[in-house]
Amino acid sequence: MSQKVLLSSEEINIILHRLACQLLENHIDFKDTVLIGIQPRGIHVANRLCQILAAEYGVKDIQQGVLDITFFRDDFRRGDKPLEATKTSINFLIEDKKVVLIDDVLYTGRSINAALTALQSFGRPAEVELLCLIDRRFSRHLPIQPNYRGRQVDAIQQEKVKVMWKENDGEDKILLINR
Amino acid sequence: MAELSVNHLLGIKYLNEADIQLIFETADNFKEVINRSIKKVPSLRDITIANIFFENSTRTKLSFELAEKRLSADVINFSAGQSSVKKGETLIDTVNNILSMKVDMVVMRHPNPGAGIFLAKHVKAAIVNAGDGAHEHPTQALLDSYSIREKLGDVAGKNVVIVGDILHSRVALSNIFALKLQGAHVKVCGPKTLVPKYITSLGVEVETNLKKALQWCDVANMLRIQNERLDISYFPTTREYTQQFGVNKKLLDGLDKEIVIMHPGPINRGVEITSDVADSKQSIILNQVENGVAIRMAVIYLLAGKIKQ
Repeated sequence: MSQKVLLSSEEINIILHRLACQLLENHIDFKDTVLIGIQPRGIHVANRLCQILAAEYGVKDIQQGVLDITFFRDDFRRGDKPLEATKTSINFLIEDKKVVLIDDVLYTGRSINAALTALQSFGRPAEVELLCLIDRRFSRHLPIQPNYRGRQVDAIQQEKVKVMWKENDGEDKILLINR
Repeated sequence: MAELSVNHLLGIKYLNEADIQLIFETADNFKEVINRSIKKVPSLRDITIANIFFENSTRTKLSFELAEKRLSADVINFSAGQSSVKKGETLIDTVNNILSMKVDMVVMRHPNPGAGIFLAKHVKAAIVNAGDGAHEHPTQALLDSYSIREKLGDVAGKNVVIVGDILHSRVALSNIFALKLQGAHVKVCGPKTLVPKYITSLGVEVETNLKKALQWCDVANMLRIQNERLDISYFPTTREYTQQFGVNKKLLDGLDKEIVIMHPGPINRGVEITSDVADSKQSIILNQVENGVAIRMAVIYLLAGKIKQ
Protein backbone atom coordinates (compact mmCIF):
# COMPACT_ATOMS: atom_id res chain seq x y z
CA MET A 1 0.00 0.00 0.00
CA SER A 2 1.58 3.26 -1.11
CA GLN A 3 0.38 6.75 -0.45
CA LYS A 4 1.19 10.28 -1.47
CA VAL A 5 0.11 13.64 -0.16
CA LEU A 6 -2.34 15.30 -2.53
CA LEU A 7 -2.79 18.47 -0.55
CA SER A 8 -0.96 19.85 2.45
CA SER A 9 -2.49 21.74 5.34
CA GLU A 10 -1.53 25.07 3.77
CA GLU A 11 -3.04 24.16 0.40
CA ILE A 12 -6.26 22.99 2.05
CA ASN A 13 -6.49 26.29 3.91
CA ILE A 14 -6.11 28.29 0.70
CA ILE A 15 -8.75 26.18 -1.03
CA LEU A 16 -11.19 26.54 1.88
CA HIS A 17 -10.74 30.32 1.76
CA ARG A 18 -11.47 30.34 -1.96
CA LEU A 19 -14.57 28.18 -1.46
CA ALA A 20 -15.76 30.49 1.31
CA CYS A 21 -15.35 33.47 -1.05
CA GLN A 22 -17.25 31.69 -3.81
CA LEU A 23 -20.10 30.93 -1.42
CA LEU A 24 -20.07 34.54 -0.26
CA GLU A 25 -20.22 35.76 -3.83
CA ASN A 26 -23.41 33.79 -4.51
CA HIS A 27 -25.14 33.99 -1.15
CA ILE A 28 -23.93 37.39 0.19
CA ASP A 29 -25.57 37.59 3.64
CA PHE A 30 -26.67 33.92 3.84
CA LYS A 31 -30.13 35.10 4.96
CA ASP A 32 -31.96 32.39 3.03
CA THR A 33 -29.10 29.95 2.79
CA VAL A 34 -28.42 26.89 4.89
CA LEU A 35 -25.26 24.78 4.89
CA ILE A 36 -25.75 21.04 5.32
CA GLY A 37 -22.69 18.89 6.01
CA ILE A 38 -23.02 15.24 5.03
CA GLN A 39 -22.07 12.78 7.77
CA PRO A 40 -19.55 11.66 8.66
CA ARG A 41 -16.80 13.68 6.97
CA GLY A 42 -18.59 16.49 5.19
CA ILE A 43 -19.36 18.15 8.50
CA HIS A 44 -15.70 19.07 8.97
CA VAL A 45 -15.65 20.94 5.67
CA ALA A 46 -18.88 22.72 6.62
CA ASN A 47 -17.51 23.67 10.05
CA ARG A 48 -14.31 25.10 8.57
CA LEU A 49 -16.20 27.13 5.99
CA CYS A 50 -18.47 28.56 8.69
CA GLN A 51 -15.45 29.45 10.81
CA ILE A 52 -13.77 31.24 7.91
CA LEU A 53 -16.96 33.07 6.94
CA ALA A 54 -17.49 34.22 10.52
CA ALA A 55 -13.91 35.14 11.37
CA GLU A 56 -12.83 36.79 8.15
CA TYR A 57 -15.97 38.03 6.47
CA GLY A 58 -18.15 38.75 9.48
CA VAL A 59 -20.94 36.42 8.34
CA LYS A 60 -22.20 35.00 11.60
CA ASP A 61 -25.21 32.85 12.52
CA ILE A 62 -25.25 30.85 9.32
CA GLN A 63 -27.84 28.10 9.67
CA GLN A 64 -25.92 24.86 9.66
CA GLY A 65 -27.08 21.28 9.85
CA VAL A 66 -25.65 17.80 9.64
CA LEU A 67 -27.31 15.11 7.58
CA ASP A 68 -26.85 11.37 7.93
CA ILE A 69 -27.74 9.52 4.75
CA THR A 70 -27.38 5.92 5.97
CA PHE A 71 -31.10 5.08 5.82
CA PHE A 72 -31.35 6.56 2.32
CA ARG A 73 -28.41 4.77 0.74
CA ASP A 74 -28.98 2.47 -2.21
CA ASP A 75 -26.48 -0.19 -1.10
CA PHE A 76 -28.28 -1.48 2.01
CA ARG A 77 -27.81 -5.29 2.14
CA ARG A 78 -25.53 -5.16 -0.91
CA GLY A 79 -22.15 -4.96 0.77
CA ASP A 80 -20.40 -7.24 3.23
CA LYS A 81 -20.38 -4.63 5.92
CA PRO A 82 -23.50 -3.36 7.66
CA LEU A 83 -24.30 0.32 7.30
CA GLU A 84 -24.00 2.14 10.58
CA ALA A 85 -25.97 5.30 11.11
CA THR A 86 -24.76 8.52 12.66
CA LYS A 87 -26.57 11.57 13.89
CA THR A 88 -28.76 13.90 11.87
CA SER A 89 -29.34 17.35 13.26
CA ILE A 90 -31.30 19.81 11.17
CA ASN A 91 -33.24 21.98 13.58
CA PHE A 92 -34.92 24.13 10.96
CA LEU A 93 -37.09 23.71 7.92
CA ILE A 94 -35.38 24.00 4.57
CA GLU A 95 -38.63 25.03 2.87
CA ASP A 96 -37.81 27.74 0.29
CA LYS A 97 -34.21 27.96 1.46
CA LYS A 98 -31.12 27.75 -0.69
CA VAL A 99 -29.36 24.61 0.49
CA VAL A 100 -25.65 24.02 0.03
CA LEU A 101 -24.81 20.34 0.49
CA ILE A 102 -21.23 19.90 1.63
CA ASP A 103 -19.09 16.79 1.43
CA ASP A 104 -15.38 16.05 1.44
CA VAL A 105 -14.97 13.76 -1.58
CA LEU A 106 -17.31 13.46 -4.55
CA TYR A 107 -16.79 10.03 -6.12
CA THR A 108 -19.67 8.00 -7.61
CA GLY A 109 -22.32 10.56 -6.74
CA ARG A 110 -24.45 7.97 -4.96
CA SER A 111 -24.04 9.61 -1.55
CA ILE A 112 -25.25 12.89 -2.98
CA ASN A 113 -28.18 11.10 -4.59
CA ALA A 114 -29.08 9.67 -1.17
CA ALA A 115 -28.60 13.08 0.43
CA LEU A 116 -30.98 14.69 -2.06
CA THR A 117 -33.63 12.10 -1.16
CA ALA A 118 -32.97 12.54 2.56
CA LEU A 119 -33.33 16.31 2.25
CA GLN A 120 -36.93 15.90 1.11
CA SER A 121 -37.87 14.98 4.68
CA PHE A 122 -37.06 18.50 5.80
CA GLY A 123 -39.07 20.48 3.25
CA ARG A 124 -38.88 21.68 -0.32
CA PRO A 125 -35.80 23.82 -0.81
CA ALA A 126 -35.75 26.69 -3.30
CA GLU A 127 -32.55 25.26 -4.75
CA VAL A 128 -29.79 22.87 -3.83
CA GLU A 129 -26.11 23.37 -4.59
CA LEU A 130 -23.23 21.01 -4.03
CA LEU A 131 -19.84 21.87 -2.62
CA CYS A 132 -17.07 19.32 -2.37
CA LEU A 133 -13.46 19.61 -1.39
CA ILE A 134 -12.22 16.90 -3.74
CA ASP A 135 -13.88 15.98 -7.01
CA ARG A 136 -12.73 12.64 -8.40
CA ARG A 137 -13.10 12.98 -12.14
CA PHE A 138 -14.37 10.25 -14.48
CA SER A 139 -15.75 8.11 -11.67
CA ARG A 140 -19.39 9.17 -11.52
CA HIS A 141 -22.22 6.61 -11.64
CA LEU A 142 -24.85 9.34 -11.75
CA PRO A 143 -25.23 12.69 -13.50
CA ILE A 144 -24.17 14.76 -10.48
CA GLN A 145 -21.64 17.60 -10.62
CA PRO A 146 -20.51 20.05 -7.93
CA ASN A 147 -21.25 23.78 -8.05
CA TYR A 148 -18.16 24.49 -5.97
CA ARG A 149 -15.12 22.24 -6.08
CA GLY A 150 -11.91 22.48 -4.10
CA ARG A 151 -9.62 20.40 -6.27
CA GLN A 152 -10.28 18.04 -9.11
CA VAL A 153 -8.23 14.85 -9.06
CA ASP A 154 -7.84 11.87 -11.33
CA ALA A 155 -7.73 8.69 -9.32
CA ILE A 156 -8.23 5.14 -10.51
CA GLN A 157 -10.69 2.81 -8.82
CA GLN A 158 -8.05 1.05 -6.73
CA GLU A 159 -7.01 4.35 -5.22
CA LYS A 160 -8.64 5.97 -2.25
CA VAL A 161 -8.69 9.66 -1.47
CA LYS A 162 -8.52 10.20 2.27
CA VAL A 163 -9.20 13.59 3.80
CA MET A 164 -7.69 14.03 7.26
CA TRP A 165 -8.63 16.78 9.69
CA LYS A 166 -6.74 18.27 12.58
CA GLU A 167 -9.65 17.64 14.97
CA ASN A 168 -9.76 13.90 14.12
CA ASP A 169 -6.40 12.89 12.74
CA GLY A 170 -3.93 15.37 14.18
CA GLU A 171 -3.31 17.40 11.03
CA ASP A 172 -5.05 18.64 7.90
CA LYS A 173 -3.90 16.56 4.95
CA ILE A 174 -5.32 14.86 1.90
CA LEU A 175 -3.80 11.55 0.87
CA LEU A 176 -4.03 9.44 -2.26
CA ILE A 177 -3.72 5.86 -1.10
CA ASN A 178 -3.06 2.98 -3.50
CA ARG A 179 -4.76 -0.11 -2.06
CA MET B 1 -18.51 -1.87 11.73
CA ALA B 2 -20.91 -3.26 14.24
CA GLU B 3 -23.65 -5.73 13.54
CA LEU B 4 -25.94 -7.89 15.65
CA SER B 5 -24.55 -11.21 16.85
CA VAL B 6 -27.86 -12.93 15.95
CA ASN B 7 -29.93 -13.39 12.79
CA HIS B 8 -33.25 -13.51 14.65
CA LEU B 9 -34.58 -11.71 17.69
CA LEU B 10 -35.99 -14.59 19.68
CA GLY B 11 -35.29 -13.35 23.16
CA ILE B 12 -33.03 -11.09 25.17
CA LYS B 13 -31.39 -14.27 26.44
CA TYR B 14 -29.66 -14.67 23.08
CA LEU B 15 -28.28 -11.11 22.89
CA ASN B 16 -25.12 -9.69 24.36
CA GLU B 17 -24.53 -6.23 25.79
CA ALA B 18 -22.98 -4.92 22.57
CA ASP B 19 -26.13 -5.95 20.67
CA ILE B 20 -28.29 -3.95 23.08
CA GLN B 21 -26.05 -0.89 22.76
CA LEU B 22 -26.11 -1.15 18.95
CA ILE B 23 -29.92 -1.39 18.98
CA PHE B 24 -30.12 1.66 21.27
CA GLU B 25 -27.73 3.75 19.17
CA THR B 26 -29.64 2.84 16.01
CA ALA B 27 -32.92 3.64 17.77
CA ASP B 28 -31.54 7.10 18.68
CA ASN B 29 -31.25 7.81 14.97
CA PHE B 30 -34.71 6.45 14.22
CA LYS B 31 -36.20 8.50 17.03
CA GLU B 32 -34.90 11.58 15.25
CA VAL B 33 -36.44 10.28 12.01
CA ILE B 34 -39.91 9.73 13.51
CA ASN B 35 -39.91 13.25 14.88
CA ARG B 36 -39.43 14.77 11.41
CA SER B 37 -42.39 16.07 9.48
CA ILE B 38 -41.77 13.28 6.96
CA LYS B 39 -41.26 10.25 9.15
CA LYS B 40 -40.19 7.72 6.59
CA VAL B 41 -36.90 6.36 5.25
CA PRO B 42 -36.52 4.12 2.20
CA SER B 43 -34.04 1.57 3.66
CA LEU B 44 -36.26 -1.52 3.49
CA ARG B 45 -38.00 -0.85 0.19
CA ASP B 46 -37.10 -4.34 -1.08
CA ILE B 47 -38.06 -6.23 2.09
CA THR B 48 -41.42 -7.84 2.81
CA ILE B 49 -42.46 -8.52 6.38
CA ALA B 50 -45.31 -10.70 7.63
CA ASN B 51 -46.84 -9.89 11.00
CA ILE B 52 -48.30 -13.14 12.25
CA PHE B 53 -50.32 -12.80 15.42
CA PHE B 54 -51.77 -15.93 16.97
CA GLU B 55 -52.71 -13.93 20.05
CA ASN B 56 -54.48 -10.62 20.53
CA SER B 57 -52.45 -7.46 20.50
CA THR B 58 -53.11 -3.80 19.90
CA ARG B 59 -50.03 -1.83 20.85
CA THR B 60 -47.35 -4.28 19.77
CA LYS B 61 -49.00 -5.03 16.45
CA LEU B 62 -49.56 -1.37 15.62
CA SER B 63 -46.08 -0.48 16.76
CA PHE B 64 -44.46 -3.16 14.60
CA GLU B 65 -46.58 -2.26 11.61
CA LEU B 66 -45.78 1.41 11.94
CA ALA B 67 -42.07 0.67 12.37
CA GLU B 68 -42.09 -1.48 9.24
CA LYS B 69 -43.96 1.12 7.22
CA ARG B 70 -41.65 3.93 8.38
CA LEU B 71 -38.78 1.83 7.01
CA SER B 72 -40.67 1.46 3.69
CA ALA B 73 -41.03 -2.32 3.98
CA ASP B 74 -44.01 -4.07 2.42
CA VAL B 75 -46.21 -5.41 5.18
CA ILE B 76 -48.75 -8.20 5.32
CA ASN B 77 -50.82 -8.87 8.41
CA PHE B 78 -52.21 -12.14 9.53
CA SER B 79 -54.37 -12.90 12.51
CA ALA B 80 -54.99 -16.47 13.52
CA GLY B 81 -58.67 -15.79 14.12
CA GLN B 82 -59.50 -15.53 10.44
CA SER B 83 -57.07 -18.09 9.08
CA SER B 84 -56.58 -21.70 8.07
CA VAL B 85 -55.05 -22.36 11.48
CA LYS B 86 -58.65 -22.83 12.56
CA LYS B 87 -58.89 -25.53 9.87
CA GLY B 88 -56.03 -27.51 11.40
CA GLU B 89 -52.94 -26.22 9.57
CA THR B 90 -49.62 -26.59 11.42
CA LEU B 91 -47.45 -23.61 12.33
CA ILE B 92 -44.66 -24.56 9.91
CA ASP B 93 -47.11 -25.07 7.06
CA THR B 94 -48.80 -21.76 7.74
CA VAL B 95 -45.51 -19.90 7.82
CA ASN B 96 -44.00 -21.71 4.84
CA ASN B 97 -47.08 -20.84 2.80
CA ILE B 98 -46.62 -17.21 3.69
CA LEU B 99 -42.90 -17.40 2.92
CA SER B 100 -43.48 -18.84 -0.54
CA MET B 101 -45.05 -15.50 -1.33
CA LYS B 102 -41.47 -14.14 -1.00
CA VAL B 103 -41.52 -12.81 2.53
CA ASP B 104 -38.15 -11.97 4.11
CA MET B 105 -39.03 -11.50 7.75
CA VAL B 106 -41.67 -12.79 10.13
CA VAL B 107 -42.82 -10.97 13.25
CA MET B 108 -44.71 -13.49 15.33
CA ARG B 109 -46.75 -13.53 18.51
CA HIS B 110 -47.78 -16.94 19.70
CA PRO B 111 -49.35 -18.29 22.90
CA ASN B 112 -46.78 -21.10 23.20
CA PRO B 113 -43.35 -20.43 24.73
CA GLY B 114 -40.56 -21.22 22.28
CA ALA B 115 -42.72 -20.86 19.15
CA GLY B 116 -40.28 -18.34 17.66
CA ILE B 117 -37.27 -20.53 18.38
CA PHE B 118 -39.02 -23.50 16.78
CA LEU B 119 -39.86 -21.45 13.72
CA ALA B 120 -36.32 -20.06 13.37
CA LYS B 121 -35.03 -23.62 13.15
CA HIS B 122 -37.46 -24.72 10.50
CA VAL B 123 -38.15 -21.86 8.12
CA LYS B 124 -35.97 -19.62 5.99
CA ALA B 125 -36.71 -16.11 7.20
CA ALA B 126 -35.56 -13.74 9.90
CA ILE B 127 -37.84 -14.19 12.92
CA VAL B 128 -38.75 -11.48 15.40
CA ASN B 129 -40.47 -12.69 18.53
CA ALA B 130 -43.31 -10.35 19.42
CA GLY B 131 -44.17 -12.39 22.50
CA ASP B 132 -44.27 -16.15 22.95
CA GLY B 133 -46.50 -17.27 25.80
CA ALA B 134 -44.98 -16.58 29.20
CA HIS B 135 -41.47 -16.82 27.76
CA GLU B 136 -40.08 -13.60 26.23
CA HIS B 137 -41.15 -10.31 24.71
CA PRO B 138 -37.77 -8.93 23.69
CA THR B 139 -38.79 -5.69 21.96
CA GLN B 140 -40.83 -4.67 25.02
CA ALA B 141 -37.80 -5.19 27.27
CA LEU B 142 -35.59 -3.26 24.86
CA LEU B 143 -37.97 -0.32 24.74
CA ASP B 144 -38.32 -0.39 28.53
CA SER B 145 -34.55 -0.22 29.03
CA TYR B 146 -34.28 2.40 26.30
CA SER B 147 -36.89 4.51 28.09
CA ILE B 148 -34.99 4.19 31.38
CA ARG B 149 -31.77 5.19 29.61
CA GLU B 150 -33.55 8.18 28.09
CA LYS B 151 -35.07 9.28 31.40
CA LEU B 152 -32.19 8.56 33.79
CA GLY B 153 -29.18 8.69 31.46
CA ASP B 154 -28.08 5.11 32.00
CA VAL B 155 -29.42 1.70 32.95
CA ALA B 156 -26.28 0.41 34.68
CA GLY B 157 -26.42 0.71 38.45
CA LYS B 158 -30.12 1.64 38.56
CA ASN B 159 -32.54 -0.09 40.89
CA VAL B 160 -35.57 -1.44 39.06
CA VAL B 161 -38.51 -3.22 40.62
CA ILE B 162 -40.97 -5.21 38.53
CA VAL B 163 -44.32 -5.38 40.27
CA GLY B 164 -47.22 -7.74 39.63
CA ASP B 165 -47.80 -11.07 37.96
CA ILE B 166 -44.22 -12.23 37.43
CA LEU B 167 -45.24 -15.87 36.90
CA HIS B 168 -47.19 -15.35 33.69
CA SER B 169 -45.28 -12.37 32.38
CA ARG B 170 -43.00 -12.53 29.35
CA VAL B 171 -42.37 -8.84 29.87
CA ALA B 172 -40.93 -9.56 33.32
CA LEU B 173 -38.61 -12.30 32.08
CA SER B 174 -37.28 -10.31 29.11
CA ASN B 175 -36.87 -7.26 31.32
CA ILE B 176 -34.90 -9.23 33.89
CA PHE B 177 -32.52 -10.50 31.20
CA ALA B 178 -32.14 -7.07 29.62
CA LEU B 179 -31.66 -5.17 32.87
CA LYS B 180 -29.17 -7.65 34.30
CA LEU B 181 -27.20 -7.61 31.04
CA GLN B 182 -26.87 -3.84 31.32
CA GLY B 183 -25.81 -3.93 34.96
CA ALA B 184 -29.02 -2.81 36.69
CA HIS B 185 -30.17 -4.18 40.05
CA VAL B 186 -33.53 -5.91 39.82
CA LYS B 187 -36.16 -6.86 42.35
CA VAL B 188 -39.51 -8.44 41.68
CA CYS B 189 -42.51 -7.74 43.84
CA GLY B 190 -45.88 -9.48 43.86
CA PRO B 191 -48.02 -12.01 45.66
CA LYS B 192 -45.94 -15.08 46.51
CA THR B 193 -48.26 -17.19 44.35
CA LEU B 194 -47.36 -15.10 41.30
CA VAL B 195 -43.57 -15.10 41.82
CA PRO B 196 -41.87 -18.20 40.39
CA LYS B 197 -39.99 -20.27 42.95
CA TYR B 198 -36.63 -20.22 41.17
CA ILE B 199 -36.70 -16.59 40.02
CA THR B 200 -33.72 -15.79 42.29
CA SER B 201 -31.52 -18.01 40.12
CA LEU B 202 -31.71 -15.21 37.53
CA GLY B 203 -29.95 -12.90 39.95
CA VAL B 204 -33.01 -10.97 41.12
CA GLU B 205 -34.32 -10.48 44.61
CA VAL B 206 -37.89 -11.02 45.75
CA GLU B 207 -39.67 -8.40 47.85
CA THR B 208 -43.24 -8.91 48.97
CA ASN B 209 -43.66 -5.51 50.62
CA LEU B 210 -44.52 -2.97 47.92
CA LYS B 211 -43.66 0.08 50.02
CA LYS B 212 -40.17 -1.25 50.77
CA ALA B 213 -39.66 -2.13 47.11
CA LEU B 214 -40.69 1.36 45.98
CA GLN B 215 -38.47 2.98 48.61
CA TRP B 216 -35.51 0.99 47.24
CA CYS B 217 -36.03 1.55 43.53
CA ASP B 218 -35.36 4.26 40.94
CA VAL B 219 -37.86 2.76 38.52
CA ALA B 220 -41.03 0.74 39.10
CA ASN B 221 -42.31 -1.29 36.17
CA MET B 222 -45.95 -2.11 36.87
CA LEU B 223 -47.39 -5.22 35.25
CA ARG B 224 -50.97 -6.12 34.57
CA ILE B 225 -52.70 -9.10 36.15
CA GLN B 226 -53.07 -11.42 33.20
CA ASN B 227 -56.57 -12.65 33.89
CA GLU B 228 -56.62 -14.61 30.63
CA ARG B 229 -53.69 -16.74 31.86
CA LEU B 230 -54.90 -17.24 35.43
CA ASP B 231 -56.13 -20.83 35.38
CA ILE B 232 -56.62 -20.94 39.16
CA SER B 233 -57.08 -18.29 41.85
CA TYR B 234 -53.70 -16.86 42.79
CA PHE B 235 -55.06 -14.21 45.17
CA PRO B 236 -58.40 -13.82 46.95
CA THR B 237 -59.84 -10.79 45.17
CA THR B 238 -58.74 -8.04 42.80
CA ARG B 239 -59.55 -5.56 45.55
CA GLU B 240 -57.18 -7.25 47.94
CA TYR B 241 -54.49 -7.36 45.24
CA THR B 242 -54.89 -3.61 44.70
CA GLN B 243 -54.59 -2.95 48.43
CA GLN B 244 -51.34 -4.90 48.63
CA PHE B 245 -49.70 -4.29 45.26
CA GLY B 246 -51.46 -1.34 43.62
CA VAL B 247 -49.54 1.91 43.33
CA ASN B 248 -51.42 5.09 44.21
CA LYS B 249 -50.48 8.74 44.62
CA LYS B 250 -50.45 8.54 48.41
CA LEU B 251 -47.93 5.73 48.34
CA LEU B 252 -45.66 7.65 45.96
CA ASP B 253 -45.94 10.87 47.96
CA GLY B 254 -44.91 8.94 51.08
CA LEU B 255 -41.53 8.04 49.55
CA ASP B 256 -38.55 10.28 50.19
CA LYS B 257 -37.63 10.40 46.49
CA GLU B 258 -39.32 10.64 43.12
CA ILE B 259 -39.34 7.36 41.26
CA VAL B 260 -40.11 6.68 37.60
CA ILE B 261 -43.30 4.74 36.85
CA MET B 262 -43.48 2.45 33.83
CA HIS B 263 -46.18 0.17 32.48
CA PRO B 264 -46.02 -1.99 29.35
CA GLY B 265 -49.77 -1.66 28.82
CA PRO B 266 -52.61 -2.37 28.64
CA ILE B 267 -53.28 -0.63 31.96
CA ASN B 268 -56.05 -1.79 34.24
CA ARG B 269 -56.64 1.57 35.83
CA GLY B 270 -57.51 1.28 39.50
CA VAL B 271 -56.02 -2.22 39.80
CA GLU B 272 -52.21 -2.19 39.58
CA ILE B 273 -51.98 1.57 39.19
CA THR B 274 -54.38 4.44 39.82
CA SER B 275 -55.25 7.00 37.16
CA ASP B 276 -53.53 9.89 38.93
CA VAL B 277 -50.27 7.90 38.98
CA ALA B 278 -50.60 6.71 35.36
CA ASP B 279 -51.13 10.29 34.20
CA SER B 280 -48.59 11.92 36.54
CA LYS B 281 -45.32 13.46 35.44
CA GLN B 282 -43.45 10.58 37.08
CA SER B 283 -45.03 8.20 34.59
CA ILE B 284 -43.22 7.57 31.30
CA ILE B 285 -45.85 5.22 29.94
CA LEU B 286 -46.50 7.18 26.75
CA ASN B 287 -42.78 7.73 26.17
CA GLN B 288 -42.47 3.94 26.23
CA VAL B 289 -45.01 3.70 23.43
CA GLU B 290 -43.18 6.31 21.32
CA ASN B 291 -39.84 4.62 21.95
CA GLY B 292 -41.40 1.30 20.97
CA VAL B 293 -41.60 2.39 17.35
CA ALA B 294 -37.97 3.59 17.29
CA ILE B 295 -36.73 0.39 18.97
CA ARG B 296 -38.69 -1.82 16.57
CA MET B 297 -37.39 0.15 13.60
CA ALA B 298 -33.85 -0.41 14.89
CA VAL B 299 -34.36 -4.14 15.43
CA ILE B 300 -35.95 -4.66 12.02
CA TYR B 301 -33.35 -2.51 10.27
CA LEU B 302 -30.43 -4.33 11.89
CA LEU B 303 -31.88 -7.80 11.23
CA ALA B 304 -32.81 -6.90 7.65
CA GLY B 305 -29.22 -5.78 7.11
CA LYS B 306 -28.18 -9.38 7.69
CA ILE B 307 -30.51 -10.80 5.03
CA LYS B 308 -28.29 -11.14 2.01
CA GLN B 309 -29.65 -10.54 -1.44
